[in-house]
Amino acid sequence: MLGWELPPHNSGGLGVACYHLAKALALQGTTIDFVVPYSATHENIDFMTVHNATKLSPLERYGLGAYDSQFLLDRKDGADVAGLKDIRDVQRQYTRFIERHIEKEQPTYDAIHAHDWLTMEAGIRAKQLTDAPLIVHVHSTEFDRSGGGSGNPIAREIEYQGLIVADRIIAVSEVTKQIIISQYGIPADKIEVMHNAIDVTSFDDGYEYDRRTYRYLESLKSEGYTIVSAVTRLTIQKGLTNLIRAMAMATQKYDRIALLLAGDGEQRNELIQLASDLGISDKVFFTGFVRGKQWRDAYSVSDIFVLSSVSEPFGLTALEAAHHDTALILTRQSGVAEVLNNVYKYDFWDVTRLADQLVGIATSYALRDTLKENVRREYAKISWDDVATKLRTLYVAVRERERVLV
Amino acid sequence: MSKRGITLYLHVHQPHRVRDYTVFDTAANHNYFTEPDPLSGRNNERIFRKVADKSYRPMNALLQKMLDTHPDFKISLSITGTLIEQAEQWAPDVIESFQNLVKTGRVEIVAETYYHSLAFFYSRDEFVAQVEAHKQKIRELFGVETSVFRNTELAYNDELAQWADGYGFKGILAEGWDPILDWRSPNFVYRPEGTEKIGLLLKNYRLSDDLAFRFSNRAWKEWPLTADTYTEWAHAAVADNQPLINLFMDYETFGEHQWADTGIFEFFEEFVGRWLSNEDNTFYTVSEAVEKHEPAGTISMPATVTWADAERDLTAWLGNSMQQEALHHLYALEKDVMRTQDLELIADWRRLQTSDHAYYMCTKWFTDGDVHAYFSPYESPYDAFLAFMNAVRDMRWRLHAHHKTGGL
Repeated sequence: MLGWELPPHNSGGLGVACYHLAKALALQGTTIDFVVPYSATHENIDFMTVHNATKLSPLERYGLGAYDSQFLLDRKDGADVAGLKDIRDVQRQYTRFIERHIEKEQPTYDAIHAHDWLTMEAGIRAKQLTDAPLIVHVHSTEFDRSGGGSGNPIAREIEYQGLIVADRIIAVSEVTKQIIISQYGIPADKIEVMHNAIDVTSFDDGYEYDRRTYRYLESLKSEGYTIVSAVTRLTIQKGLTNLIRAMAMATQKYDRIALLLAGDGEQRNELIQLASDLGISDKVFFTGFVRGKQWRDAYSVSDIFVLSSVSEPFGLTALEAAHHDTALILTRQSGVAEVLNNVYKYDFWDVTRLADQLVGIATSYALRDTLKENVRREYAKISWDDVATKLRTLYVAVRERERVLV
Repeated sequence: MSKRGITLYLHVHQPHRVRDYTVFDTAANHNYFTEPDPLSGRNNERIFRKVADKSYRPMNALLQKMLDTHPDFKISLSITGTLIEQAEQWAPDVIESFQNLVKTGRVEIVAETYYHSLAFFYSRDEFVAQVEAHKQKIRELFGVETSVFRNTELAYNDELAQWADGYGFKGILAEGWDPILDWRSPNFVYRPEGTEKIGLLLKNYRLSDDLAFRFSNRAWKEWPLTADTYTEWAHAAVADNQPLINLFMDYETFGEHQWADTGIFEFFEEFVGRWLSNEDNTFYTVSEAVEKHEPAGTISMPATVTWADAERDLTAWLGNSMQQEALHHLYALEKDVMRTQDLELIADWRRLQTSDHAYYMCTKWFTDGDVHAYFSPYESPYDAFLAFMNAVRDMRWRLHAHHKTGGL
């Protein structure tokens, strides 16, 4: 399995999904070699073998977030990090590592499973060297990451090559499958949808909500305010300007609503400015990047969680929010909206609809509680174990087909 | 006929900068102004100590020397309450040196709002309370009464002049801005529109800004400026029997905006000597200037004029929606703050009124990319806004806790 990150060295949802997916597979008896592009010990992982493809520390690799297609390794002293200048260099070294590993160990794999564009070149190379079928798992496309634009042409080309060469493609949602078809011209029957899941046991670490973390918001709540939140990178892909506009519209109808934006990103200043322009800056809270307790408390303090993405392959945060007892509003352009029913859905551009839904939940305790309760029942049924079962079936099927073809 | 004179007026001020105060601090702790990081640009103590060394100590020493050397040398100073508080805490010797200057009888203290605020534009009650607080502080510290008024950032309009006239001030300061003056010269005393007794002194911005902004600019065609040249310019400015040259600038021009190595201190010393070597020349304090000269005419400024930027308006403080929101929410707390009678809480609220906070949120240079024209301890106007708003919310939370009422 070719990945870009694993917890705790992850910058986003990709690492979390890979971790739980691999773990569920291992529990069903799959043996996994998992390659990451940095050097670190993963003390929490004993169910598979993790290989380090470069000498970069995970911290240095943080700059090379799983979602950034353009990034230069930037050191204050001006020196390159281990001779690696940019993400392309890291990808090349990652591929060379795969070549050497296969040459040295002569492993026999039933499948090569590559996650996202970052590892697709390595996946193609591994397929050439081992004859094992290549499965490309698409968690996000350059189309998503650029907010529906064309994005970085190099990333897009690599994605295209990977999708063409792959024996099977797994898309994390129907939304993503449609993008692969329409944007990359891949035939539909080559793509299988396997939604992500959530491992609720990973949240059982003795966490208890601390009301002091967001004490001011708690005070607002005690005055009858409804707290709306988004836990997200503040980037154009996430559709947050529409969320702020909807908040402004909603407060015209009902003014006891506040918005918590937990996360950071290049759109932050624009969002601060927009909230001021619309006259609601007093009720919009920016936390900056949050981890650990502050991160989980951001979910817990919220009554409503909004996933406002313009294009969201899956949207794990929605499941995390549901786990922390919130009502959900999701865009129809998000994968997670395909697996949940007890939620409000809207099209990302439909500010009026979102405002209406916000006011609706804020003004009805009955509605809010029903949504929270029912989505709780729903999300818990989505398990990685089911995904692993489907995947193992796929591995077998792909190998069988290969034999027939050869 | 009285001598022609320079009215040198220096403004001495430091704000209480808001530390990196986050949403996690809001309602949890009420320390807005004490930055624990000793190296931070928002660490008020660090900055105060630095400016004291670079500017307040050497300049006060020089001013004392000039007063001792030249019987005709006089200056006027406005010293904000927020500066005095910081000096009392971290550099009491600086207070003492100001007291020594005032003891000569040739250094006048100018009245203003204690907190260097824009309260005049938001709340008349609050504005008056701050003017009174400043008068009281000056009385305690220097044993003198103030009689000439300057508003924060020299923000001036007819209404302000009428207020100051009614309040009993005999003089008021403003920018000598060409579009207002038209053919008239700033080198006379004027009578503000709609007033009875008060005299208006207008800043000669060309000669003032030669020192405040251009002195060390190597790209300036007059660089390096000598005392001889500047004296010539001063004489040229008051040809045709014009009586006054009003040089108004930040005190920190000397040593902080223009560092010692630019030669600003030597220049100043030499210029004062050069100017006074002509026996038709002298210096005036601001009250003398308005007492000794009859108004040459009436001047009206219905719209607010400040001493800032090419626009000379309030856009650096109130030009964008973040600044307007921030001050709106701050001043909205006034009644609830005042009725607590909690001195600490009132002081925190007033410290947040210092105009510098709004200035740090200014985006008009930031968007031009001309960040060097923009002096701020924050990474961006947006960071300044977030820290400030969190502090305002915390104020509101404290009021809520105090009054045991809703209304967050």
